[in-house]
Amino acid sequence: MYPAQFDYKRATSVEEALALLTEADDVKFIAGGHSLIPMMKLRLAQPEMVVDIARIDALRGITEEGDGVRIGALTTHAEIAASSVLHEHCGLIAEAAAEIGDTQVRNRGTIGGNIAHADPGSDLPAALIAAGATVHLQSASSTRTVAAADFFLDLLTTDLSHDELVVAVTIPSLGRSTGCAYLKFEHPASGYAVVGAAAWVKMENRQCSGAGLAINGVTATPFNGNEIAQSLVSTDASDDRIAAAVESVQPEDPMADVFASADYRAHLARVFAKRALVSARDRAV
Amino acid sequence: MGITIELEVNGQPVKREVEARTLLVHFLREDLNLTGTNVGCETSVCGACTVHVDGKAIKSCTQLAVQCDGAKVTTIEGLASNGELHPMQSAFWEEHGLQCGYCTPGMIMAATHLLDNNPSPTEAQIREGLKGNLCRCTGYQNIIKAVQTAAGAEG
Repeated sequence: MYPAQFDYKRATSVEEALALLTEADDVKFIAGGHSLIPMMKLRLAQPEMVVDIARIDALRGITEEGDGVRIGALTTHAEIAASSVLHEHCGLIAEAAAEIGDTQVRNRGTIGGNIAHADPGSDLPAALIAAGATVHLQSASSTRTVAAADFFLDLLTTDLSHDELVVAVTIPSLGRSTGCAYLKFEHPASGYAVVGAAAWVKMENRQCSGAGLAINGVTATPFNGNEIAQSLVSTDASDDRIAAAVESVQPEDPMADVFASADYRAHLARVFAKRALVSARDRAV
Repeated sequence: MGITIELEVNGQPVKREVEARTLLVHFLREDLNLTGTNVGCETSVCGACTVHVDGKAIKSCTQLAVQCDGAKVTTIEGLASNGELHPMQSAFWEEHGLQCGYCTPGMIMAATHLLDNNPSPTEAQIREGLKGNLCRCTGYQNIIKAVQTAAGAEG
């Protein structure tokens, strides 16, 4: 399988990359290529021009910033999974990144490409929504930020405009006394999440003082369960309370395929939401 | 339409003109005649095309050759030195970690990357490290043994 022909340009700065967007009608950025190249091989994407942003060092790396962490768009899943900074501030993102594909895929795939592609079975989006992450976008004329919870609009569709580039994701520090868990029912062949639940729970003096939840794979965009998780705040977040809370995980219009029906996916969503919240609570010590 | 790329493949400098859409695996096999790297699923699942780029195992069916301009690429042909098999190659031989052999080059490249980062992996870590490489013959047992042997563990 070969991609269709295209012009290839290499950008050395964000400004240059964004300027190149105007040189053809259909321009795609490439970094790790693990979302774009498969799409191009299947001819589902046939860009006229591909702009290689992989050498823009300003877009790479994980740094502490304010009360949180900034992850450059070019940071690979392997780098995220291994990041001590992320494990300290928000291990949820690292744990979800470690579940993506396999070693080789994680060595190439990047967080920017992952979220721009917005595959519903991907592992990172739910973790970003549960953690309250912010996506940073830049165009030739402006910059803006979007909450991860508002970024994913539909199947393979995001709030990213054609003239914009994902430059970074910022994650608020979840603080001490917080436990995280990303639990996944994995498709045995593809490795994608049939259902993947990302949860964090903060416990202080045996009381829940904060929590987040989001679920990949069930609906076209991640199911946002943050309000459901926050219903545990000021309780002891016991198994029973968690079991009662996840009854509210009622995804609208769950996806169905030969592997998992809509009802089964919705059922798994509740099962994995519960397990993830229980695991997160147990780790919150 | 050609784009000139310069890179190092198995320690040798290489300069070639490629089409932008040329995948690394096809560049290695067809332009450089390094046919040890196999094309399997072509969808970044099976791992038969695994090579090292700048010391990291990657799937060469999902990388453009032009992205490797300036990179150091190692293929299965680059592991042996001075006629001596790489320890991982010897271990696959000793433990019979293959049957048809199609997955073997990718398996060995993934396994060497694994030991580069974790010289004494547990069996679970070996299985996780080779998750991106499919073998349809062996049932994996002898492959795991081969990696353990190469790591100096009891097979």
